[in-house]
Amino acid sequence: MLLLPCPHCGLRDEPEFSFGGEPAIRPVPASAVDDATWADYVYLRSNEKGPHREVWCHSGGCGQWFVLTRDTATHAVITP
Amino acid sequence: MTRYSAFNLLRQGFAGQTGWGAAWRDPTPKQRYDAIIIGGGGHGLATAYYLAKLHGMTKVAVLERGWIGGGNTGRNTTIVRSNYFFPESAALYDLALRLYEGLSQDINYNIMLSQRGVVQIAHSEHQMELMARSVNAMLINGIDVELLSADDVHREVPLLNRDPAARYPIHGGFVQRRAGIARHDAVAWGYARAANALGVDIIQNCEVTSFQKRDGRVVGVETNRGAIEAGVVGLTVAGHSGVLAAKAGFKLPIQSYALQAMVSEPVKPVLDTVILSGATGIYCSQSDKGELVFGAGLDLYPSYAQRGGLPTGQTIVAALLDMMPAFRSLKLLRQWAGIVDVCWDYSPLIGPSPVEGLYLNCGWGTGGFKAIPGGGWLLAHILATGRHHPISAPFDLHRFTSGRLIDEAAGAGIAH
Repeated sequence: MLLLPCPHCGLRDEPEFSFGGEPAIRPVPASAVDDATWADYVYLRSNEKGPHREVWCHSGGCGQWFVLTRDTATHAVITP
Repeated sequence: MTRYSAFNLLRQGFAGQTGWGAAWRDPTPKQRYDAIIIGGGGHGLATAYYLAKLHGMTKVAVLERGWIGGGNTGRNTTIVRSNYFFPESAALYDLALRLYEGLSQDINYNIMLSQRGVVQIAHSEHQMELMARSVNAMLINGIDVELLSADDVHREVPLLNRDPAARYPIHGGFVQRRAGIARHDAVAWGYARAANALGVDIIQNCEVTSFQKRDGRVVGVETNRGAIEAGVVGLTVAGHSGVLAAKAGFKLPIQSYALQAMVSEPVKPVLDTVILSGATGIYCSQSDKGELVFGAGLDLYPSYAQRGGLPTGQTIVAALLDMMPAFRSLKLLRQWAGIVDVCWDYSPLIGPSPVEGLYLNCGWGTGGFKAIPGGGWLLAHILATGRHHPISAPFDLHRFTSGRLIDEAAGAGIAH
């Protein structure tokens, strides 16, 4: 069971959260972006083993979105 | 290598089983191979076997970081089937299933293929309508499936919960009778033994630490057992595809998750088919030892930990008990997880990587075991000829740029 730090509610249990992917910045304007750049933004992931920056949502709680760094090999939260 | 046969079994019986010899050698890495396969799971070993058998390439090495078949090949629930929706997928998974059907003879190793059928269950009228559509699509694709009424399903699987007030009442389903289960370790060991007999070097405890490149092309690998040159390199490392891709300098449309499975204590035969439910995510069969082998959805966050969390584990057990209340009194024997490489369209990646000389067979996600012979057969074709096979072409990495995805979210048969 993960224990994740919601910036609003503090430490809460895993079932209250939804994983939201790796943080990414949408290239704009979309109409001017070539297919490879767009595919990179939409689909490609670093998928790191070890410290991994990721977006979570406290979907079963306050609804806050936040970024944290978590170790994907040990599941330890490194920086809230 | 001693051939496995009734005669040799009898002879070894008189000789005290002392004359079998090792099933594969433990070679030290050579300086150069025509092809190197990274990852000694089912797909890697099958690739090496078909390279040697069908394409005459015998200067081939399989490099495995741990021991062969110790990753997802040894962690799955052993189900084989080809009941996928799209024609591209049907061709791919049915190639694998057809190869499985002849595999024990082909590699002289009993993989204990049991074509006991896979029964997929629908829990509402709406699911039944969608299932009828899927079944029609599969029939057009030449896959042997039959739509079942609720009564049919209960005849096939008498233990299923008949209570109309159940949380997931049963409205019907469909069955693929050629589907079933196979002995997962035997698939890895059988391919390893057969590949070894054709001259393939299977090198365990050999971790690839980086790629050697010349003019942008991969020409070899650095390992903890020294540098090895290669004509071509194939990547069959499942959950660790992203890690190896990063070493080669590119990213993949893949996220790695933990998929857990578990077995109950062994009991007498109670379930003679495989059940699968898209709504609860559950899939369950009974092993020859009597254990109920089952699993369901992913732990829905990235993980390389090879263990599942309790919340998902509870959901899996609850889903099974809702459908099979009689299993309530059983004890769990073991629980484990494998790291699965999931593509966004739940279809695999087969073909050239963005780096010349390096080829992919990954992204099988939750369904790699059923595809082992097909994945190996196709990657061997690509490594030997440098070109796609018509069956592998739709699964090229390029589909994520062109947008021509093959969305098998439903066909994957698992809650994502």
